[in-house]
Formats: sequence, C-alpha cells, structure tokens
Amino acid sequence: MSSTDSATTTAPTGDVTGRSILLDEVTKRYPGQTKPAVDGITLEIPAGKIVMLVGPSGCGKTTTLKMINRLIEPTEGRIVVGDDDVTGIDADELRRRMGYVIQAGGLFPHMTVAANIAIVPKMLGWSKDKIAARVDELLDLVSLDPDTYRDRFPRELSGGQQQRVGVARALAADPPVLLMDEPFGAVDPITRQRLQDELLRIQEELHKTIVIVSHDFDEAVKLGDWIVIFTEGAHIVQYDTPERILAEPANEFVENFIGSGAGLKQLTLNRVRDVELAPAVTCSPGEEAKAVLQRMNEAGGHGHAVVVDRRQRPIGWPTRRQLERLDRIPEGIEPDLPVVGEAATLNDALDTMLVSSAGAALVTGRGEAFRGVITVETVMEAITRSRTAAAEDQAYTPVGTNTNPIETMPSAPVIATSGEDL
Amino acid sequence: MSAVAAGPATGTSTSWKGLLVQPIAILVVLAGFAVWLATADLTPTERTTLNPADILALTGQHLVLTLESTVLVLVIGIPLGILLTRGPLRRASVYVLAVANFGQAAPAVGLIVLLAAWLGLNSWSAVVALVLYAILPVLRNTMIGIQSVDSRLVEAGRGMGMSAFSVLMKVELPLAVPVMLSGIRTALVLLVGTASLATFVGAGGLGLLITTGVNLFLPKVLVSGALLVALLALSIDWLGRVVETVARPKGLR
Repeated sequence: MSSTDSATTTAPTGDVTGRSILLDEVTKRYPGQTKPAVDGITLEIPAGKIVMLVGPSGCGKTTTLKMINRLIEPTEGRIVVGDDDVTGIDADELRRRMGYVIQAGGLFPHMTVAANIAIVPKMLGWSKDKIAARVDELLDLVSLDPDTYRDRFPRELSGGQQQRVGVARALAADPPVLLMDEPFGAVDPITRQRLQDELLRIQEELHKTIVIVSHDFDEAVKLGDWIVIFTEGAHIVQYDTPERILAEPANEFVENFIGSGAGLKQLTLNRVRDVELAPAVTCSPGEEAKAVLQRMNEAGGHGHAVVVDRRQRPIGWPTRRQLERLDRIPEGIEPDLPVVGEAATLNDALDTMLVSSAGAALVTGRGEAFRGVITVETVMEAITRSRTAAAEDQAYTPVGTNTNPIETMPSAPVIATSGEDL
Repeated sequence: MSAVAAGPATGTSTSWKGLLVQPIAILVVLAGFAVWLATADLTPTERTTLNPADILALTGQHLVLTLESTVLVLVIGIPLGILLTRGPLRRASVYVLAVANFGQAAPAVGLIVLLAAWLGLNSWSAVVALVLYAILPVLRNTMIGIQSVDSRLVEAGRGMGMSAFSVLMKVELPLAVPVMLSGIRTALVLLVGTASLATFVGAGGLGLLITTGVNLFLPKVLVSGALLVALLALSIDWLGRVVETVARPKGLR
C-alpha cells in the first residue's frame, strides 16, 4: 500500500503505437436463442487507450471482446481496426496482429517460457536470433529476469509470474492491439494490484490500444482510460471516463454496479502529486530546539516540525510539545513515520494516515526527499473538487451505442459486482 | 519478485526404480526357464516340441502377429480418435465407440473363429480379429487425451493466430501424449496375450505350445507356452512404460 515506484515519475515519452478499433453495428446471434448475445453494438475504441468492458456475468462483454479478434464470428456488422475493415480477412492472420491474454496466462505447459513467448514470432518467420533477443527484451519488460526464467516451464512459476509471461507472449510481435479477458481474475489481491501497476507502467511505455474485460469495477476504475458498462445483450449503459462515471452515473443500474463508496473510489483516480501540499518547518538533527520552535512560530504556528537528514529525507516528526521538552534535535530515525510517495494515490495516502492515526502524512518526492505534508482535509477537498470537475468536463467522448437501445431499465437490476450467477 | 523455488520433478526417480525391477524379474525367470529346459527330464515328444529353435521361431511368429496388428491398430485408432474430437464428427463418436466396445466385449476366440470362417484360415483373419479386439483402448484414450486438454489452452492458441491444425499438432497432441501412450500400452499387452489364440486359425505363435500341451496332454509344454506368453507380455509392457516415461513432454509432471 506504500508508494512503490516513486522514481519512475517521468512523463510518458513513447508515441502511440496502438490503433483504433471500431465495432460497427455488430450483432451476435446464437442459433436457438431468441435474444441476441450482442445486440447491434457500435463501439469506438480510441487508439492508445485502455478501454474496460465491465458488466454482470452473461452480459455479452466477453463475446464482444472475442468478436474483435473474431474468435467469435459476428453474425452482422463490421469490425474496423485502424483504417482496415477486418471483417472479411483471414482470421488467423488477423489474430497474429493482436495480442490476446486470458485468465491465468493460458501458457502451454509443455513449452518453456521462452518457447511460449516465441510462438507468434515463429509463425511470422522471424530469425532465431531475433526471436531470442525479443524474448529477453519482453521478459525484462514484465520484470522477470531472462536468465532465471527463460528456460523454466510454466508449472515452475507462480500465478502472477505466469500472468506476466502471458502478457509478454501477447506482446511478442509488437501488436498494436492487446485484448485481455479477465486477465487478473485468478491471482490473489496483492499480486493483482502489482500486476495492474505493472500493466499501467508498460502502457506508459508502449501506448497500445488495450481492451480489457473485467467484472471488477474497482479494477476498471484503476486501469481504464474509458469504461464501458454493459447490461444484458451487450447494451451499453454508459461509456465514459472513470471520473465521470463515478461523478454522474447514468442511471440506477450503473449506481448499483459502482457499489457503495463512489466517493472513496474517486480517491484512486487522484495522485498525491496532483493536490496542493501544506508546507512544514524542517530542521536537522543537532539543531537547537528553541530555534526550531521560533521558526515554527514565525511560519504561523505549526503543530509539528519535520526532521530531515542530509539528503532531505524525513527521519522524525516531533510535535511542538515534544520540542519544548527537548534541548537539541536528537539523532536517529523515528520508526513508523507516515510517509507516502508523490506517485501514490490519495487512497494510499488516506490508508497511511489512518494506520498512523496522525491525520496527516509526509510526502516525499524524487530520492525520497521531503516535499510537504498532506492532510485529511486536503484529501476531502480533492474528492469534492474532482467530482465537480468531472461533471463539468464535457470533452471528447468516443461513440458507444446500440441499434436497439433499451428504453427502460430492467425493473430490479440488483447486481453483485462479483456475482458468478446468471 | 522472489523466485519460486521449484525443484526438478521428484516423482521420476521412483518410477525409474520401478522400471528397473520389471526387466530384471523377467530375465531371472527366463534364465530359470532356460536352465530347467536344459536339465529337465523330458520325454522325446516334449523335447521335440520344446526345442529352442522351434521356440524361437514361434516367438518370432507371435511377435510378427502382434506387430502387424499393433501397426494397424495405431494407423486406424489414432487418426480415427483425432477425427472424432473434431467439430461435427464429435457426434459420431458415440456410435464408433459402441462398435469398438463391441469388439472388445466379444470373446476373442469367437471373434477369431468367426472371422476365419469368413476370411479363411490364415494369419490375416487373426490380425483383423486382433485389431478389432485391441482398437478400443487406443481409440478411447486418444479421444480422452485430446478432450482433457484444457479448452482455454486451445482458445489461447487460436487467439494467438494458430490455425486449428497447428493447435492440434503443437498443443493438443503433445499434451494428450501421456494418456494416448497408456492406451497404446494397454492395447499392446492385450495383443500379445490374445495373439496366443491365433493358433486356432492356423496362424501359429506361442499359442501353438499351449494347444499342443492341451491336446497331447503334455503339461510341461502347456506351462512353458503359457510362461513364455506371459514373459513376452511383461516385456512389451515394460517397453511401453519406458516409452511413456521418455516421451512424456517435459514440463508435465
């Protein structure tokens, strides 16, 4: 729950390598069923963005995903990738140009990690050297040491590692589009969070077009640039940014799907570096306490002072009362200081505050140097502000409609976000 | 990312020990038989029937019969098993399995004699009967082996742009190999045993010793024949086990 990678805060520099996807009035009907599984969906997926398809089980989100790479052939409609209509081209050919990740990675157990990753490049006829180099590059990308993992078999990896290899395999031939079907459903929550962070980091480098099916709304909020909320028959209920869905759910169905605590979920959308930090009086070990107290008075009656070491890293956080009892600022590092990195989400920051019961936390930036103090009040203000901002912000929205939109909502759509029934 | 310590599969060393016991036991019994044959007090008839050259020739005949029918069983059973897991043909699998079940359930002697009445008294009618008798385990295990491959792996393969054929060759068949091989081994052992019955239609084999033993009331010849068939079956079974161990794809436990 702490800031994990405060060093990688550089702005994204890579160009968008993804391509846009357009589903044009796509319908899937199964023989013997009266209602179509996917009912005339028109969905625009912008290039270089992560789009999350969420909804209750059986709503057609997976069918929609699998129609993009034509694992399921649409009954009607067109699929356009970039400028190419791919509805009629050879499906195997098409799929080699799209990465595909399934739950638990779907690695072939009788092949080594390297052989698994090399499948698509081999089909494309790459040379051995090029494939070997690419395998190492990809293992590096997903934070697995090539020398250790290259020759292992999938059963010798943990679930999270298998999933990483699954992502590496999907990226092997550098496809512009990545399709993921409940990619992080089979791992424990801590690993899932780490894999999500990893995916965001990779996306920051690669800028692919990524479409992810998920039944977990929190995951959608965390990963998605855009979220599509489906109801039965792949009817789009709302297609918007996470901020706007949280601030203005389209109807009761979406509200139910978001679940309780929409305000708190907004915290995961904001990072500590986005809010204004309160300044604090700093001092070094060995300084006279009186001088520090005087500076605190001049600065306007702060309750605390922050002790920093030579590299500006916070090591202590004494109160005014503690300082009054002291002669000089002591050496030594105070344990359990509530510290968060700039890249942490407000959610993480609030967590840290609650654990330390300090009502505030110290924020560190590059090289763990002290930057300022974040308080509970700052966090609360940020929630209110982003809510109003999201409501007002009416910028570009990609198209997402159905040919036969549903007029009224199903009467009692009580949807459990993790429900496996239906 | 702390590495997950995953040692080499530990189950293999014990199975290798098991693989060693069987051939040693076979060799010991065979040596015992040879010593007994050389020293035993045999009547002239027994000595003629049990002369080493004849025994070798009969064993050779027996093996050829087994081999011919095995090849046919594999050539028919494996492709048929694969076909019956593909698309629309899946529906036909019930009927084919019913026929194969019938082949195995029917008494082998009856099958051989019936076919001989139709095809004549020669080794081919024996081979056809043997094939009918032993095809079921190969067919069924091929189908089960392929069907038990995780369907998500097939989907992953297709999703990466592998053709249906290449998914079959590179994913489904390699993963089905252990199950298929155990079916083939079962078929082989069945064949070695049942090939003894080929003698009824004049196709020779070690069964001749048994029938001679019964007809002329020569218990020593009868027991020798039975013992040799059993040893042959055990050897073939052992060979099958070795192949199974060696051919099992790495990465599978």
